[in-house]
Amino acid sequence: MELCPLIKNILLLDSEGKRIAVKYYSDDWPTNSAKEAFEKAVFAKTQKTNARTDAEITMFDNYVVVYKFVQDLHFFVTGGENENEIILAAVLQGFFDAVGLLLRGTVDKKEALENLDLILLCLDEIVDGGIILETDANVIAGKVASHSMDAGAPLSEQTITQALATAREHLTRSLLK
Amino acid sequence: MAQPFLKKDDDHDDEADYSPFLGIEKGAVLQEARVFNDPQLDPRRCSQVITKLLYLLNQGETFTKVEATEVFFAVTKLFQSRDLGLRRMVYVIIKELSPSADEVIIVTSSLMKDMTSKTDMYRANAIRVLCWITDGTLLTQIERYLKQAIVDKNPVVASAALVSGIHLLQTNPEIVKRWSNEVQEAVQSRAALVQFHALALLHQIRQNDRLAVNKLVSSLTKGSVRSPLAQCLLIRYTSQVIRESASNTQTGDRPFYDFLEGCLRHKAEMVIFEAARAITELNGVTSRELTPAITVLQLFLSSTKPVLRFAAVRTLNKVAMTHPIAVTNCNIDMESLISDQNRSIATLAITTLLKTGNESSVDRLMKQITTFMSDIADEFKIVVIEAIRSLCLKFPLKHRSLMNFLSNILREEGGFEYKKAIVDSIVILIRDIPEAKESGLLHLCEFIEDCEFTYLSTQILHFLGIEGPKTSDPSKYIRYIYNRVHLENATVRAGAVSTLAKFGAMVDSLKPRIFVLLRRCLFDTDDEVRDRATLYLNTLGADGAVVETGEDVKEFLFGSLDIPLVNLERSLKNYEPSEESFDINSVPKEVKIQPLAEKKAPGKKPTGLGGPPPGPPSTIDAYEKLLSSIPEFANFGKLFKSSAPVELTEAETEYAVNVVKHILDGHVVFQYNCTNTIPEQLLENVTVIVDASEAEEFAEVASKPLRSLPYDSPGQTFVAFEKPEGVPAVGKFSNMLRFIVKEVDPSTGEAEDDGVEDEYQLEELEVVAADYMLKVGVSNFRNAWESMGPDCERVDEYGLGPRENLAEAVNAVINLLGMQPCEGTEVVPSNSRSHTCLLSGVYIGNVKVLVRLQFGIDGPKDVAMKLAVRSEDEAVSDVIHEIVASG
Repeated sequence: MELCPLIKNILLLDSEGKRIAVKYYSDDWPTNSAKEAFEKAVFAKTQKTNARTDAEITMFDNYVVVYKFVQDLHFFVTGGENENEIILAAVLQGFFDAVGLLLRGTVDKKEALENLDLILLCLDEIVDGGIILETDANVIAGKVASHSMDAGAPLSEQTITQALATAREHLTRSLLK
Repeated sequence: MAQPFLKKDDDHDDEADYSPFLGIEKGAVLQEARVFNDPQLDPRRCSQVITKLLYLLNQGETFTKVEATEVFFAVTKLFQSRDLGLRRMVYVIIKELSPSADEVIIVTSSLMKDMTSKTDMYRANAIRVLCWITDGTLLTQIERYLKQAIVDKNPVVASAALVSGIHLLQTNPEIVKRWSNEVQEAVQSRAALVQFHALALLHQIRQNDRLAVNKLVSSLTKGSVRSPLAQCLLIRYTSQVIRESASNTQTGDRPFYDFLEGCLRHKAEMVIFEAARAITELNGVTSRELTPAITVLQLFLSSTKPVLRFAAVRTLNKVAMTHPIAVTNCNIDMESLISDQNRSIATLAITTLLKTGNESSVDRLMKQITTFMSDIADEFKIVVIEAIRSLCLKFPLKHRSLMNFLSNILREEGGFEYKKAIVDSIVILIRDIPEAKESGLLHLCEFIEDCEFTYLSTQILHFLGIEGPKTSDPSKYIRYIYNRVHLENATVRAGAVSTLAKFGAMVDSLKPRIFVLLRRCLFDTDDEVRDRATLYLNTLGADGAVVETGEDVKEFLFGSLDIPLVNLERSLKNYEPSEESFDINSVPKEVKIQPLAEKKAPGKKPTGLGGPPPGPPSTIDAYEKLLSSIPEFANFGKLFKSSAPVELTEAETEYAVNVVKHILDGHVVFQYNCTNTIPEQLLENVTVIVDASEAEEFAEVASKPLRSLPYDSPGQTFVAFEKPEGVPAVGKFSNMLRFIVKEVDPSTGEAEDDGVEDEYQLEELEVVAADYMLKVGVSNFRNAWESMGPDCERVDEYGLGPRENLAEAVNAVINLLGMQPCEGTEVVPSNSRSHTCLLSGVYIGNVKVLVRLQFGIDGPKDVAMKLAVRSEDEAVSDVIHEIVASG
């Protein structure tokens, strides 16, 4: 297990360091207060840096944290101290870009909260129990956005709005590719 | 697709900080979850409610058991809907709720249906959910589907099954191991991530089979692994193989090095970096092997991406510790990183430069660092200070500029840890570089003129007292020290008084002036300061009788207190005021040897002020004191050895009991440490009834019951046995805990008056030969062996029968003898066919024993051992052989 790249947590915080969506894959922070303390510390340490064009990186309590900000959203990915930094950055970039695609370019806190279901699904598709599932933003967003009735559903169950939604999803998917 | 969760009377949506979750409340959301039970499901609304539930969980809200169960059952209803979006949310929330085993059964059939669905997304997610929540009993039922899924043509499904396999391997290895054919097929997948997950799982299935891992690595390093992540894994596995096979290839080329080097030309940065890092971490890497790796890392240093620069500089920083020359090529790139926006990168660059720098570049470097220091945080500064200290020790000629640098930053603002790091560095430089002494001491003097940290002031004063009098002109320090007596708090004033006295004792010409100063201190407001002044005036002979300071006075002033402070503290606490005055000679002097783990701590820093911290209280001392404090055992003589506690109960039983075996010359004392874990009970008159029928040479002589054992406060009861003096008698003892139990009212904490007698069976305990052996190491085994001579040597050979591997056999013998392995010989290199292990110890009766063990293993894992024993007494040498022969 220790040879496989492992993600310790993925955090999406707002510009005050408050949680929007977080996912921990490690027992290093057993309680909610331990998690909050970690988030607070990471936020304080990175707040003043400029991580808007390129992903930035820091060492922190024997963790490597890569992070990137856009508008009032702060994205973080944490790994162990011996983790390959570039792999962590790839996960961060996948998450960051997938959220960008899913929010259709309007990437800010309001939009993120209004589409929290997409963000949560996105986290679910990137890492499973610490193991990287996917880093390609298009694939991640594609998997999250595939909202439609399953093929076997009788047509009568679909309302007009649902049919329209389905059509829109198909369009998005083709755009995302 | 998700809509804002508008409440009807909510019109906040135009406000900037509007949140759809504003005023969200758990109770209300749980109410809303009732829509899951509607006969006509509204998928969108259900999705929204699930999102709200997930939001609450994500914010750290917890559901009670009842709430979670209710939500879980409601959620299971949603499997009726065929809306994909809703189903995804259902999957996520089931994982978050982590249902209990009996709840899992409810969703099993739904999930199994999804696992075999035609929709890829259903299959992939259902596998992940089911494997996440299952407890293994279900696994055999779904194994068939999982094996199919691993080779599914849809990569998402295959990955889901493989990743689930990686998790399940931790809990159900025997099942997952049956999948290796399918996993092997998946390694060849064209989908990048499937290949990555398959490789990770395949390696984990085979990780204990070195040959199989070897084969895996050598076949894959030839072929083409497409996925960069899989390639990174392969590099990690390869370096592991290299590490484990390193011993026999010291001469020729390293196997697989070409593969690592080839990876440096990969198109993915993560692979290039992984390979470069792997090369730098090779055991005994040569500079020829290093060069290509350093070259790519150097390119990364000038990348526009901070992550790449950080990764490169962090790796080079590590290389610089062992191969500074190899990194010097990167110095120019490093220097430009000093101004890097990212201060972590800048700090790593500086400290790397400090490690690789040569004498001529020091001055230039220091100039750059000065500007750099003002805008980094204390934690980075400390790292830099430590690097500067080692640089100065490397180039003592440069002490002037480095000392100046340190004194300059000492004057600037900074927290305690930072200041302490600087002061420690100056102290170390003063100690190690004689030319730096005078300027260093003056810097310290100036620092204490305006130092806000009492601890640092007193430590510096103490140090001044030792070093100051030895300088060419001690008088110039007096002013600084005496100023402290006027201006500081009592602790510092007392320290200053002691320092003044040391000057007076060492420098006779200063003595009259020191006396004047000390006399002034007699009017201090603080007791300690006055007491010290009085004491020193008397010992130094201020009444004018003696001019030369006596040796015993010097010894008193400067001699180190050769008693561990913890021991002194304990003795003083135990001392009861009486006719007899406290005798410092009664304080035990043994210090427990620091645990090995602490010694191994990487980058052991030289201790600056204050010397090494006093060791933890010695356990053998504590035991000895404990035993001698019990009248029944007081005349048993000196304690030879106390074993580590042996548990006599299972974990989490009503009463937890462990035993410590105390071995004395003619006695054995069992110390039973008992803990009562039941709050409603008070135990009284606790004893252990020991049946020694299987320990013939032992006879019970005394026991000491434990009067009362309240909840959660451990107590001890003892049983003592007599045994033939000096003989390593062994035997088995069965134990029964006997006590009177009284009910305790939990609300008042008061026990009832009447108790019931009860017994509690404990596990057996054994006194073995190893109990008579003290683990005492020798620093140079060969010398000790030679000087012991062959007079009492006994050599014999033994067959140890089939063993798993050599390491296991070596460990078994070490544990049997209870001796201290020397020179790291307890570690058996993997794959080796023979091994020599050196042991040392002291046998009861204070007989030194040295043992040389030679092991060999042949084909069917049969281990043979040659045992050579040297000791001061041939009888003891024979005993060692008997122990091995019977063990």
